This record gives sequence, C-alpha cells and structure tokens, in this order.
Amino acid sequence: METIDIFLQNYWWFLVSLLGALLVFLLFVQGGQSLLFTIGKTPMQQKMLLNSTGRKWEFTFTTLVTFGGAFFASFPLFYSTSFGGAYWVWILILLCFVLQAVSYEYQSKKGNLLGTKTYKIFLLLNGILAPVLIGTAVGTFFNGAEFIVNKAQLSTVGNPVISSWATPWHGLEAAFVVWNVLLGLAVFFLSRVLALLYFINNINDDEIQKKSRKQLIIETVLFLVFFLTFFVHLLLQEGFAVDANKEVFMQPYKYFNNFIQMPVVLVVLLAGVVGVLFGIGKTILSAEWKKGIWFAGTGTVLTVLALLLCAGWNDTAYYPSLTNLQSSLTIQNSCSSRFTLKTMAYVSILIPLVLAYIVYAWRALDIHKITKKEMEENEHTY
Amino acid sequence: MIAEIDISLIDWSRAQFALTAIYHWLFVPLTLGLGIVQAIMETIYYKTGDEFWKKTAKFWMKIFGINFAIGVATGLILEFEFGTNWSNYSWFVGDIFGAPLAIEGVVAFFMEATFIAVMYFGWNKVSKGFHLTSTWLTIVGATISAFWILVANAWMQHPAGMHFNPDTVRNEMDSFWAVALSPVAINKFFHTVLSGWIIGGMVVAGISSWYLLKKRETKFALASIKVGVTFGLIACLLSMWTGDGSAMQVAEKQPMKLAAMEALYEGDNGVNLVGVGILNPSKKEYNDDKDPFLFKIDVPIPKFLSYLSFGKFNAYVPGIKDIIDGGYTTSDGSIALSALEKMRRGKLAVAALANYSLAKADSALFERRADSIKNAATAAESFAITSDGDTILLTSTELFAAKKADVYTRIAESRKQLNDNIKYFGYGYIKEPSDLIPPVALTFYAFRIMIILGGFLFLLFAISAYFSYKNKFETKRWLQWICLISILLAIIAGQAGWVVAEVGRQPWAIQDMLPTSAAISRLATSSVQITFFIFLALFTVLLIAELKIMINAIKKGPQINEQKN
Repeated sequence: METIDIFLQNYWWFLVSLLGALLVFLLFVQGGQSLLFTIGKTPMQQKMLLNSTGRKWEFTFTTLVTFGGAFFASFPLFYSTSFGGAYWVWILILLCFVLQAVSYEYQSKKGNLLGTKTYKIFLLLNGILAPVLIGTAVGTFFNGAEFIVNKAQLSTVGNPVISSWATPWHGLEAAFVVWNVLLGLAVFFLSRVLALLYFINNINDDEIQKKSRKQLIIETVLFLVFFLTFFVHLLLQEGFAVDANKEVFMQPYKYFNNFIQMPVVLVVLLAGVVGVLFGIGKTILSAEWKKGIWFAGTGTVLTVLALLLCAGWNDTAYYPSLTNLQSSLTIQNSCSSRFTLKTMAYVSILIPLVLAYIVYAWRALDIHKITKKEMEENEHTY
Repeated sequence: MIAEIDISLIDWSRAQFALTAIYHWLFVPLTLGLGIVQAIMETIYYKTGDEFWKKTAKFWMKIFGINFAIGVATGLILEFEFGTNWSNYSWFVGDIFGAPLAIEGVVAFFMEATFIAVMYFGWNKVSKGFHLTSTWLTIVGATISAFWILVANAWMQHPAGMHFNPDTVRNEMDSFWAVALSPVAINKFFHTVLSGWIIGGMVVAGISSWYLLKKRETKFALASIKVGVTFGLIACLLSMWTGDGSAMQVAEKQPMKLAAMEALYEGDNGVNLVGVGILNPSKKEYNDDKDPFLFKIDVPIPKFLSYLSFGKFNAYVPGIKDIIDGGYTTSDGSIALSALEKMRRGKLAVAALANYSLAKADSALFERRADSIKNAATAAESFAITSDGDTILLTSTELFAAKKADVYTRIAESRKQLNDNIKYFGYGYIKEPSDLIPPVALTFYAFRIMIILGGFLFLLFAISAYFSYKNKFETKRWLQWICLISILLAIIAGQAGWVVAEVGRQPWAIQDMLPTSAAISRLATSSVQITFFIFLALFTVLLIAELKIMINAIKKGPQINEQKN
C-alpha cells in the first residue's frame, strides 16, 4: 500500500473520530433534557433549562447527521455492515432523535396534540436513550459485534447481500455485554455533567445555579465510576490487532499498547482527562466560577478523540467481528477509494471555516444569558 | 443463512423508504419556498425600516419553524435508511454516493443549524444586518443541502463518473465533477427546488387568502400575497423550462420511464403526447396486443412527445414493447439490445466477477506458495494446492509454474469478460424481461397529475398576480377560496413528481447497475414491517400535531395593528 493511501485512511479516521468526539461533547443537550425534571422544579425553571441547552439541539443533531455522512463517504463498509446489521440499535437511536427534533418546537405550542408534558417526556427519553445507546454502540468498537462480511456473495444472484448479522437480535445483543453498557452509562453521566456545567455558564438564576452545583457532585461520581471501570478494563483487555498479512488476531493489552506506541494520542488523552477533571473540580470548589463547560467540553472532545483513534489507528480493527475474526473492519479494508478519500479531504478543508462561524454565531447569542426576564419578554422561546 | 432474498423483504424495504420520503417531502418544499419568501420580507424590512415588514417576516418564520423541525426529523431517517435498509447498495456505490451526503452535512446542514438559531433567537441580540444575513444563510444552507441530496438522487437515475473495481467489488468514483455537475443533477436540482418555491408561494398566498376571507389582517395578507404570487409565478415559469429539460434527459437516459409515463407500449416516429387518458385495466402483459387505453385525448400539438423528447417532431420514441424486444435505433444511433440479451450479458458480467474473485484468491495462494518452494521443499505433497475448488498435486516446479500461469490467464479472461459486459451488470440480477417494466398506471397517472396541476398553478399565480398588482385581489373572494384550496394541490403536484421519478425507474435502485432486489439489507421481513408501522404511526401523529399547531398559529395570526390600513 502506498503512503498516500495510508495517510488518507488515517486522516479520515481522524476526522470521523473528531466528529464522534464533538458529538459526545454536544450530547450535553441530551444531558440537559435528562435533568429537566431533576433541576427544573417549576414551569419557569424548566423553561429556562429548555431554552438553555435546547437552543443548541440542532448542533448535536447536525453533528450526528454529518458523522453518519462522513462515515458513509469514508468507510462505507462500516455504514453498510453496522447500520444494515445492528438494525435495532440504530433504529432506536434514530427514533429517539426524531422525538427530540419536534419536541423543543412543539412542547410549548398551542394545539400540539399530545400535550406539553408528553413532549417533555419525549425530551427526557431522548436525553436518556441517546447517550446510553450511542455509548453502548461505540462500545462495540472495542468489544466486537456479531457479523460476517463476504464480498464474493455479490455474485450470488438471488442472494447477493454481502454483510449479514449473525444473531436475530440485530444489534440489541450489544446491550448484554457489560463493557459496552458501562461505556453507555459513562457517556450518559458525562452528558449530564456537561449539561450542568452549561446551565451554570448559561443561566442567570440563583436557584438553578445552586442546584446544578449540588447535582454536579453526584453526576461526577457516577461518571467516574463507570468511565474508570470501562477504561481500566480497556487497558487490560485483549484487543483486535492486524498483522502484516492483514490478518486480524487477538493481542493482549492491545489498547494499552496503542497508547504507548502512539504517544501523541496518549498526550491527547491525558490532556483531555485533565481538562474534564479541572472543569468539574474548579466549578465545585469555586462558587463563582462559570467556565467549567469550556474546559470539560474541550477535555471531552480530546478524550473521546483519543479513544476513537486508539480503536482505529496502529493496526487495530475498529469494528471487530466476533463471529468471524477475518470479517472485522479495519480502516484499510473498509475505506473508500483513494480518489474519493482525496476528494473528500479537499472538502474537509472547509471544516475550520464551519467551526469558525459556529463559534462566532454561538458567542453572539450566548453573550446574553438566559434569564427569567427574557423568558417572559421574548416572543420566540421554547 | 437465507437461501434467497424474500420478495416481501424488498417490497417492505421499498415501502419504508417511500413512506419516509413522502413524509419528508411534505415538509421540505415548504422550508425551501417559505425560507426565500421570509428572507425577501426581512430584506424589505432591512431596506425600509418599516416594522410592518418585520412582523410580517416574523409570522412566516413562525410557520417555517413549526414545519422545519419535522423536516429535519424525517431527513435524518432517510439518510440512515441507506445503511439500515439498503446496505448492499451502500457498499456497492458508497464510494460515490457517500460523498454528496457528507458534503451536505459539512457544507449545508451546519450552515442551516447555526444560522437558524440566530434567526429565531437573535432578534434582540445581534445587529439587523447580522440577523438578515442569518435568515438568508439559513435558506441558502437548506438549498445547498437540497443540491447535494439531489446530486445523489440524480446519480442513481443516471450514474456517471465511476468505474467498477472487481478487487473491491464495488463502483468507485473517478470524476467528482461528473457526479456533482451531471446535467441530470443540475436539472433535477432546479426542477425540485422550484417545485418547493411553488409550494412556498402557494402556502403564503393560500393562508393570506384565508385572512382575507375572514376579513382579518388585510394589510398583512395583501402584502404577503403580492410577494407570494410573484415568487410562485416566477417559480412556475422556470419549472416548466426545467421540466422540459427533464423530459429530454429521461427520454435519453431512462427510455423505459418515459414509455411508462406515457403508457406507450409500441413506439413510433412522431408520437403524440397524451393529454388525459384512462388506462385499460385488462391489459396485463406488455405484449398482449390489447389497447392500453380505454379513453385518451392527445395534446393538440401533433407529434409533441417526439418533439419534447428529442427536439424533433419526427423522432422515434420507443415503447415498452420495443424496449423489451430491442432492435430499434436509439438516439445515439446504435441498435437497441433486447432485454434478454442485456440479461444474458448481465449474467456473464456477474459470473465473470465470481470467476475473477476465485482466480484472484488462487493467485494469492500461488504467490504465497512460491516463497515456500524457493525455500527448498521438494516433496510432492508440499505442492498440493487447492485451486478453483479442486485439490491439485503439483509434482514439479514446471507444473507449478504452468498452473500458476493458468491462474493468471483466468484472471485476465474473467476481467475481460467483466469489462465487456459491465454496462449490463445489473441485468444479471433480473429474472424476467417483464421485471424491467415499472408500474405503468402509477407512473402514467402521477405524471398527468403533476403536469395538469402544474399548469393550473401557473394560471392561478398569473391571475392572482394580475389582481394583486391591480389592487383588486381583496374583492375576489372566489380567487381567495381557490388559493386556499390550492395549497393542497401544490403539495400533491410535488408528490406526484417524485412518484414519477422514483416509481418510474423501477426495478432499478441505480439505473442499469443495481436493481432494488440486490440493493437491500439482509433482515427479517417482519423487522422491516415493524419499523414501517412504527414510522407510519410516529410520522402521522407528528404530522397531525404539526398541522394543529400551524392552524393555531394561523388563527392567532401575525396580530399586526389593523388601523394602519
């Protein structure tokens, strides 16, 4: 394989990982939804919460869509194998995002058919299910899934489907692997931690501030318990490695070795962890400090980025098959052609521009904090 | 392992995709059309500083927002359904098809998502100029997203800019610009977006008419109508032009679709265009010689179909029977192959791919063995090798070399056979020639509905614009009623257009390259049935909620001070 191919495959794995990392950060919107009834005790408080994280829901949603599109364009075999195979997991994720998309706009509107409460419960459902399911699905990147890929099948007229799932559960079986679920729960509590930090930053209301700071401690402890258990296990577990003949084999301490063999990724990971802990810690210790979300948010992006890079770089199978080891997907065997990866690499030059205008528009709106006054005065609120 | 893909799985997968697409297309055209209307209104506000226009724009933005959310929701499902329900498709052409979807996300969706937030929540937070820019960028983002998804759709109708790579067993892109700027894509983009503008214009005119009928919000309604009908009229004119372009492309690239649109079974030179007609339900086979029509009236311009299709009144338009039987001269001068011949070549291509893959696997074995032979082993059994399914004992290095050469000959031969027949690859999966005929009645009637309603809307916009500019619209209650009812007609016209495009290309997921039967995911039919009904129930409930919220918002109205009249 030529250097350009290796570069492009790694570059695209980096971009997909970055999008995944941004998505996990943006799940703070979901975290906010799951806390709607925990922090918001009065209708006004709930309204402020909804208008805080809620005004960012389209970013999370768009990042999910773009993550899907980018994965499709760069690693189409994953798109076809996982989405077509782990059918039920993805359908559940999609359904709960459909509920979210309409609920913000509809919950406070007259004539909304189902009633405000129902839409708030939809938001709660999305707030819980989306992080748990996405986290659990990502867990299969390290713990494997049950599928077979046989490209020769395409020549079998009458039954030409190349990817098949080996269990009738079509993805739900991932929920029976404790290490997947641990990651799902870690992502869930992380999303709640981030949401609390965002409330603290974004809402000018004493009661919400106080409650958020108190709740932050509980959520942080739960997050750390689940994440650390997952992470320690990850470092100790056997991993799916690829040898020089492109054969996949089980290697002890594969992921631990990946961090050691890719010191830059290790540094990113550590920086991320420090960012998350600093963001949370200083918020808890300093009653006036409100910038925790930016440290913990950046930390989240870095940590998740490092984890996903660890899953795909350094001769690792990022979507391992438990049914047939050699069906496992690697960034080499599942990627698009050089031409497409190159073309899309040119498109990716636009990403910093996109990030720049997002930051600009976000700041322009967030300079004005959420207050009771705005909720009462402004015509367009959720 | 399932022995053969169940027909019902294909049907349900198609039904689910069609359901999602139909729902998606209830909302998206309104986003595309209304987005421009409200941006124009805010521009007037920006230029004149007149608060009236700000309130007017804000009212339409409220309607836009109610509609936008559900369009986004159904769009998400559509994108992921390519993976969940059409996984083989996603591998077979993902190298090409994934790119526009990714670009749509990066370039368009973020623009939309970022600036829609400013549009809604930024009125008192950012400057007037920044706000106006955001309103425009929201609709520019939405329109760019429409462009990329239509590039993807157009590519399925007319694949271009790629080649088949037997080593990876898929199609690979070799010209991005051939994909992105394919004439079919450009035409489809304009035709589709314009249909959204027509619907946007009609919704604005229709809702405003309702206020006039109720004698409320008169100034707002009349001002909105003026913008709406002007916009709609321009969109209608342009859409007729792009529709004409579309017909020519279909004639050239999807002759079977054109034949189905016209229920034309036997082709001829100088064919008339059917105006209206009722199909003969007892016509069951394409070659049963029964008259396809119980009744029909042609468009009074003679030989119009030939002219619309190929720009010449005497051009030959093949019918369904001709396309199945072959033997006529196509527009590029070649003699059309029969369906059976295409299927024969398709099967050769599919078989060649199988042979190529086997030979390639064997060659890898020989390459690996070559190393071990060099490393000394001379015992005959060390040369035992399984090639092409048989175990062969290679008793000498000469024999080894000869067999190895055989393998490379097989690779070259199968490659050649594949290349010679690749154009008909998809036909290899077709069982009967009649499978190549799309549902004629659905395509025929949908096409008539689109054309007739399109013409009607054009007249309606023209008449409404006339009265609107003469300041007489307010007194024409009959016209206000028609405008109100025509909201539904505009939506039906748009849906009918998509039915023509999508049903008319059956059985193909990708024209001539991959039929839907070979494009699906391997799932239990019952799973797809369950998700179909979940989506049906969910989308229907949300649609009802959307309509109720919208009606409430309309009843409440923009509440612009009436004494200004």
